[in-house]
Amino acid sequence: MAARLVKGALTFVCLIALAVGAQGCRKKKKSQKTGRGYTSIIIAGSTSVQPFAEKLAEMYMVKYPNVIINVQGGGSTAGIRSAQMGIANIGTSSRNLHPEEKGLFEIPIAYDGIAVIVNPKNPLKNLSSETLRAIYAGRILNWKQLGGVDHRITTITREEGSGTRGAFEELVMEKTEIDPGCIVEDSNGSVRELVSTDPYSIGYISLGLVNKQVKAIAIDGVFPSVQTIKERRYRFYRPFLFLTKKKPVGLTLHFICYVLSPEGQRILAKEGLIPVTIIHGESTLCQQQRQTSGKKKK
Amino acid sequence: MPATAADIRKKEKIIQRVFLIIAFSSLFSLFLIALFIFIEGFPMIMKVGLKDFLLSTRWSPTRGHYGIFAMIVSSFWVTIGALLFGGPLGLMCSIFLVEFASARWRAIIKPALELLAGIPSVVYGFLGVVYLVPLVRDYLGGPGLSLLTSCIILGIMILPTVISISVDALVAVPNSYREAAFSLGGTRWQTTYMVTVHAAKSGIITALVLGMGRAVGETMAVIMISGNALKIPTSILDPIRTMTSNIALEMGYASGMHRQALFATGIVLFFFVMALNTIATLFARRKAIK
Repeated sequence: MAARLVKGALTFVCLIALAVGAQGCRKKKKSQKTGRGYTSIIIAGSTSVQPFAEKLAEMYMVKYPNVIINVQGGGSTAGIRSAQMGIANIGTSSRNLHPEEKGLFEIPIAYDGIAVIVNPKNPLKNLSSETLRAIYAGRILNWKQLGGVDHRITTITREEGSGTRGAFEELVMEKTEIDPGCIVEDSNGSVRELVSTDPYSIGYISLGLVNKQVKAIAIDGVFPSVQTIKERRYRFYRPFLFLTKKKPVGLTLHFICYVLSPEGQRILAKEGLIPVTIIHGESTLCQQQRQTSGKKKK
Repeated sequence: MPATAADIRKKEKIIQRVFLIIAFSSLFSLFLIALFIFIEGFPMIMKVGLKDFLLSTRWSPTRGHYGIFAMIVSSFWVTIGALLFGGPLGLMCSIFLVEFASARWRAIIKPALELLAGIPSVVYGFLGVVYLVPLVRDYLGGPGLSLLTSCIILGIMILPTVISISVDALVAVPNSYREAAFSLGGTRWQTTYMVTVHAAKSGIITALVLGMGRAVGETMAVIMISGNALKIPTSILDPIRTMTSNIALEMGYASGMHRQALFATGIVLFFFVMALNTIATLFARRKAIK
């Protein structure tokens, strides 16, 4: 009995020690300098930006091995909040900031189209934006109404607060509300997965994430692609934003400039995004940085 | 110097105190959780109004609508449904284990059940999405992500809870009851359903109620297989959103009133689970008095 009690107490103490230890680690990660020459950045926010940020971070860490970049999800709203509160060095958002969220330093790193997708077995090729709106508003419920088979449409949307949903509401729905009867999935990936298995479904995801499992359709006769967005013909796209509390400096600035550099932009373009320079021209933020870092680094 | 009796008693006291404090830490965290949920969620309920919060079906936090009625109904149905699938299955399994199984069977089934309890819920959800959802969609219709799918998966997930507690209840039935029934000429099955199950009734009900508590609290698997639509389901093939999945789904994005509304959903859930646990305790106590 006594032995068991002691064992229990020991376990308890160990658990506390573990918890305290974990806490310690977390605190360390928050700061930029972690000692031993390693430096780290935390990026948090939009799940749409996350895979691209991870890719960029990976390439950056190959180039600068003594830097650690942590990329976390959480959603656009969370990204905006963590930038405001300074929890993350860089917050990410896949939608424009609302008026009450302004005040952050916004750096568009790329643009992303929103593609409406259906199952590859679905013969549908084109939808007008009014029809699309009617489907998502719950006014068109059956594929028959669109000249297809007599089967209910499985309409898939994203959860409230998602950047992709925010952009979809802004660009497609305008003032209309998305029907509460729609299926709600919590990531681009699960929307794509569902559409790829359900032949009667329709959904919307980042253009960069469209693959062979699903079929993107044209809206108002314009097929979504990097080309049509560059030509300003496909109008359903949104910015991917990096957000910082103040004007970025130091390592954060260096990473941002890497992302905006031709090399970083090339990586993003290869992943299916639209480089920011096409719409904005080169940003002035990094010109000075490039000169100074050119001397120091290397 | 040898330890005196008083010394030993003193030591004993200290150790007792230490463990009392440790025991209270779990109570304390329960208290903190409750306090925190209420502080975060209650002002929001006051602002929106209890009626508009509980009885409105319109949930659209970015537009200022915070009605969770559809989710309460969905949580209710999914819990009942899980019980319909998991309850009989679990009960029959525990009857088999206690009354009919040989020691060898028991040695196989028991650890398997423990393993079932140890499978993470995300795995259940994944299996549901990959195998069960297409089955339901292809053979029964609807989007597949539905009340029915959730009930089946949750029914399996509550099995370990239901079985382990009802096994305890059945084992606790004194052997003299069974012997008396046998001596009256009862077969094994007659004895089981006329005597043993009757005697263990309160324990079995406790098991079912605690299973319901498990079902109503499950989150991850439900998010993956329920479709999360914000409507009151009109058929078992309709997608649903439960209170727990609502919280988990929107937590990452929520701020301000929206966040408070999620905490307020937590309050409702808290009462839901508390009510279930109270019922379970009442039944457990009735047995003790007997």
